[in-house]
Amino acid sequence: MSGDLLTSLYVFMLAAFIGFEVIRRVSPLLHTPLMSLTNALDAIAVVGAIILAGEHKSTLATILGTIAIVAATSNVVGGFLITDRMLKMFKSSRPQKP
Amino acid sequence: MSGMPSTNSIIEIIYLVAAALFILSLMWMSSPRTARRGVWAGELGMLLAVGGTLLHHGIVDYRWIAIGLVLGSIIGVPLGMVQMTAVPQRTALSHAFGALCVTLVGTSEFYLRAPNVPRFMMAVLSMEVILGSLTFTGSLMAAGKLEEFLPQRPITYKGQNVVNLSVLAAAIGVAAYVVVHPERTGLFPVILAVPLLFGVLMIVPIGGADMPTVISLLNSYAGLSAAAMGFVLDSKLLIIAGALDGASGFILSVNMSKAMNRSFSNVLFGAFGQEQAAVAGAQEARPVRSATPEEAAAILTAANKVVIVPGYGMAVAQAQHKVRELYDALSKRGVDVKFGIHPVAGRMPGHMNVLLAEADIPYDKLLDMDEINGEFPQTDVALIIGANDVTNPAARTDPSSPIYGMPILDVDKARTVMVIKRGMSAGFAGIDNPLFYLDKTLMLFGDAKGFVGDIVRELGGGHG
Repeated sequence: MSGDLLTSLYVFMLAAFIGFEVIRRVSPLLHTPLMSLTNALDAIAVVGAIILAGEHKSTLATILGTIAIVAATSNVVGGFLITDRMLKMFKSSRPQKP
Repeated sequence: MSGMPSTNSIIEIIYLVAAALFILSLMWMSSPRTARRGVWAGELGMLLAVGGTLLHHGIVDYRWIAIGLVLGSIIGVPLGMVQMTAVPQRTALSHAFGALCVTLVGTSEFYLRAPNVPRFMMAVLSMEVILGSLTFTGSLMAAGKLEEFLPQRPITYKGQNVVNLSVLAAAIGVAAYVVVHPERTGLFPVILAVPLLFGVLMIVPIGGADMPTVISLLNSYAGLSAAAMGFVLDSKLLIIAGALDGASGFILSVNMSKAMNRSFSNVLFGAFGQEQAAVAGAQEARPVRSATPEEAAAILTAANKVVIVPGYGMAVAQAQHKVRELYDALSKRGVDVKFGIHPVAGRMPGHMNVLLAEADIPYDKLLDMDEINGEFPQTDVALIIGANDVTNPAARTDPSSPIYGMPILDVDKARTVMVIKRGMSAGFAGIDNPLFYLDKTLMLFGDAKGFVGDIVRELGGGHG
């Protein structure tokens, strides 16, 4: 196993632990916007698709890469948009502190 | 080496900042006060990462990238503007899109590298493609059921679990063979196609009320497949985002299964909605007490403390705005009104909160099951709108009940219980609800929106 791979495994493990700790603190009130937000963040896969579509290594890679960009970008745009729309609706009955 | 940093290290640093912003984004989601800041952090991180990627020296042609980004945005905007009631199917659809992206990139990577794919790489690539394609079709099926393109009721047949597990095992088996014999590239389409089939089969036995668990599970798979893609592309940012998404989906699925007192495997392989249908027929026509909107309004006005328990039926009837009017009318008379929300109310985690927030009900009045259950003994009226199984006291008292052990909202501890319901039909699980036959229970027969509207009119009429 190469060093790069081991580093990647460490990154995955640490990120998973951070994920568990951070997500556990999210109020059940916000579980729906949480899911649409993580969905938008997950669409960071678009970076892989961009390189694939731009490198022009093969026709197949360019075509599949372009479709992948479309799919991921729609998640980025739609995901952030709807998350913000939902969060805007959550208002408290108590006046907010400035 | 000169003092100038290379483009590559600039990109890597941009990715590092984006990863930090993603983690901050989720941290700020902990409270409604900071949550919008979380969205902005996520957006900034995404913008930086995409911008940084465009600097990548390997990119020789920007045309297809531009087309993809523009087309994706055009599709994304309407997906971000759907009605709040349609958020579960939108979410399922976005899981499908995420999984599609991952699967397509994985497929291209395989054919760019084949036949010299190192073993570990091939194993991760297989995981990426298997998880990606089963999430793709599974999420499309879930979205179809939620949108009611497909029948919502679970479809089961004898030996279903054996068939499903064999299909999944076949996909993993072929993948393992290709890991050992990377020169057999002809088998790759099998690794792609068999999980596509499994995704469909997996959702066939799933009923509407299981959707919160299934959507969360698909969320987790989508995250894990993206993390696997991060390993293949050696992108730490993608590994981090995938791990965060995977962890989030996993925690939500565990919450949902706990709230239904069922294990993952039971949700995926159980489909208990069908089996119980026979039990419900056994007992019929027990006497219940019913009341008119006038009587209901009088009881609510006399109360000091009212807890409203909404279920998916409220969303189906689009009654949330009428419920807000009821909340306003009662609050104006000095009645303390709160909402008790069961974790699996609705079609995805937290769905009911979003619908009530949309109707302008303040979020500090929306209490989850653990917070509200201690308050029922001091509650004068528990008003149940479109919920059933999550209020069934048999879950606490009757070991022979199929939902025995499931945590419920203890509405039967309130002084008076009122249930708005179309008729006496059983809930999703097909289980009779003893709550309806209690002396303290009043059945309010009618459409949720219409009945709540009638109560509001009575309250208004009594006032002036």
